Amino acid sequence: MADAALRVLIVDDEAPARRRLRELLEDCAGALPLVIVGEAANGREAMTMLHTVAADLVLTDIRMPEMDGLELARHLLKLPEPPVVIFTTAFNEHAVQAFEVSAVDYLVKPVRVQRLLAALAKVPRLRPVSAARLDKLPTSARRFLSVTERSRVVLVPIDDIIYLKAELKYITIRTVEREYLLEESLTRLEEEFGERFVRVHRNCLVARDFIRGFERRVGDEGEPHWEVLLKAVEESLPVSRRQQHVVREVGRDGS
Amino acid sequence: MLPDFRNLGTLLRILLAVNALAALAALVRESRPSAWPAEWMELATVVEPHLILALALLYALSPWLSRQVYATGAGVVVAVTVASGLVCNALLSPPLREAPPTLLRHLLLALVVAGVLLGYFRLRTKALSPAIVEARLQALQARIRPHFLFNSINAVLSLVRSDPKRAETALEDMADLFRVLMRDNRDLAPLADEIELCRQYLALEKLRLGARLEVEWHLNSMPADALVPPLVLQPLLENAIYHGIEPSSAPGVVSINIFFKSGEVHAILRNPYRANGGAHHAGNKMALANVRERLALHFDAEGVLESKVMRDAYEVHLRMPYRSALPASRREAEATGSAGRTEIKDDPGARRAAVTGVAATRVAATRVATRPAGAAPELPHG
Repeated sequence: MADAALRVLIVDDEAPARRRLRELLEDCAGALPLVIVGEAANGREAMTMLHTVAADLVLTDIRMPEMDGLELARHLLKLPEPPVVIFTTAFNEHAVQAFEVSAVDYLVKPVRVQRLLAALAKVPRLRPVSAARLDKLPTSARRFLSVTERSRVVLVPIDDIIYLKAELKYITIRTVEREYLLEESLTRLEEEFGERFVRVHRNCLVARDFIRGFERRVGDEGEPHWEVLLKAVEESLPVSRRQQHVVREVGRDGS
Repeated sequence: MLPDFRNLGTLLRILLAVNALAALAALVRESRPSAWPAEWMELATVVEPHLILALALLYALSPWLSRQVYATGAGVVVAVTVASGLVCNALLSPPLREAPPTLLRHLLLALVVAGVLLGYFRLRTKALSPAIVEARLQALQARIRPHFLFNSINAVLSLVRSDPKRAETALEDMADLFRVLMRDNRDLAPLADEIELCRQYLALEKLRLGARLEVEWHLNSMPADALVPPLVLQPLLENAIYHGIEPSSAPGVVSINIFFKSGEVHAILRNPYRANGGAHHAGNKMALANVRERLALHFDAEGVLESKVMRDAYEVHLRMPYRSALPASRREAEATGSAGRTEIKDDPGARRAAVTGVAATRVAATRVATRPAGAAPELPHG
């Protein structure tokens, strides 16, 4: 894509900030061929937009409702051809320090046209920001999990997830509607969303909000064990003997 | 400087100190722990009437005392202590009355306590000397600025090409705002000025956030002439927007309700509460602590800031004593003017009501002046 115009997506929750970036990009267009493929008001909108258009560069604000810029950067990595991400941030000493440490590209708002141009010129040589580098930034828990289906990235809101179950290489995400397959580690998910889920089995995390109750059952081998009963779906999951204490703990919380 | 004997904080400190000393005396006089409460109660029957009478006298004398040099003032405090002790004793029925030796002991002890308290207040005044208070106020203000400066500049820059007229207005708002932010803000200023500042601030935020920010003003019974610490509301509004409006794409309402009630100015700010905006609570606490500390420096125990989380809203409630910016003579003139020829000079309640009325009309007038006809009642530059 050396000669092709650079495809840029603008993401910011403030309309004036998007307009300003657009103006500056148009100023740069003379020096460097580029095309603005869209404007999104938050990370989620950006992900939806990328279903239909492709981008080489995503210029994104950090603090946004629904999905912030750092989470967006993680989901972008699931795309078949992940774009380069450059963050734009208002004055914030801590954020700037974090970016310097993690060597993630950023521009400080208000952005100067020269700095923007310099950043754009670097883009073809840059690689998408890696998850490892994003990990060095002070991120909060994601609001979505992303799964790739037919080269599209589908977002699953954390609030919709009933349980996460590890099976061989994949994790099954169960929502009311359907199941998704995710390639991540259950332990890391537990660390990230510890408050929301409870581990009932070595391979299974269940959302506290979806626990209807527990039931004592006798299995085929005649050994009695506890099962978690779920809201919204006609399924139940076994509680392992090691995790039996959750029956008491969750039961006591008034579920 | 003598303490202000009409200040709630001063009175509380004296009451607490004297009662603590009485408890200590009970401890010294009585060896059996079971008898301590009874001993304390017995002491209280002697100490309390004396203390309350002395404080009442000092309360009455307070305006006069504040005009005297320290030595005279301290002398008067000592005289009041002795006189009120004698009066209390004389009023007691003969069997309870103290014999001269006991009375002398009582008075000497009272004088020691008065001396200790005067010394304490003198030290406290020194610790809170104008220079130190001003340095602290200055330091407290400096923290409000940078975040706000860059946000505002960013918002205005975005308008320069597409909407130069609005950019002009926004720059004018910014100029006014920064004039206030940069100037010496250590003295109290009229509430009406603070409201104007908040309007300009909100106009700038509205530029950035558009329809996401809705503002509701309830100022009908606001005492616009009340003196308040400058920038007492603006940082709280900044907070309300940062935590209540910015985390959501849906529109949210910030409401500001200011009113006068039994000698106090109340301000209630409310914003939508977003449970997942919780990651930034540290910043929120800092702004609240900042305003709280400035209230304490200006009003001591009478300036109160409380915050609470309701089901879907976050509320900050400010309470400050009412002090008027208008000179007393003008206040009275306005009061008598609005009440016709009735003599109400000696009725502070009526006077205040009248002043409040005048102030509210003035605010209403400025609101009409700054708001384009037919616009929603929140912002001049919606």
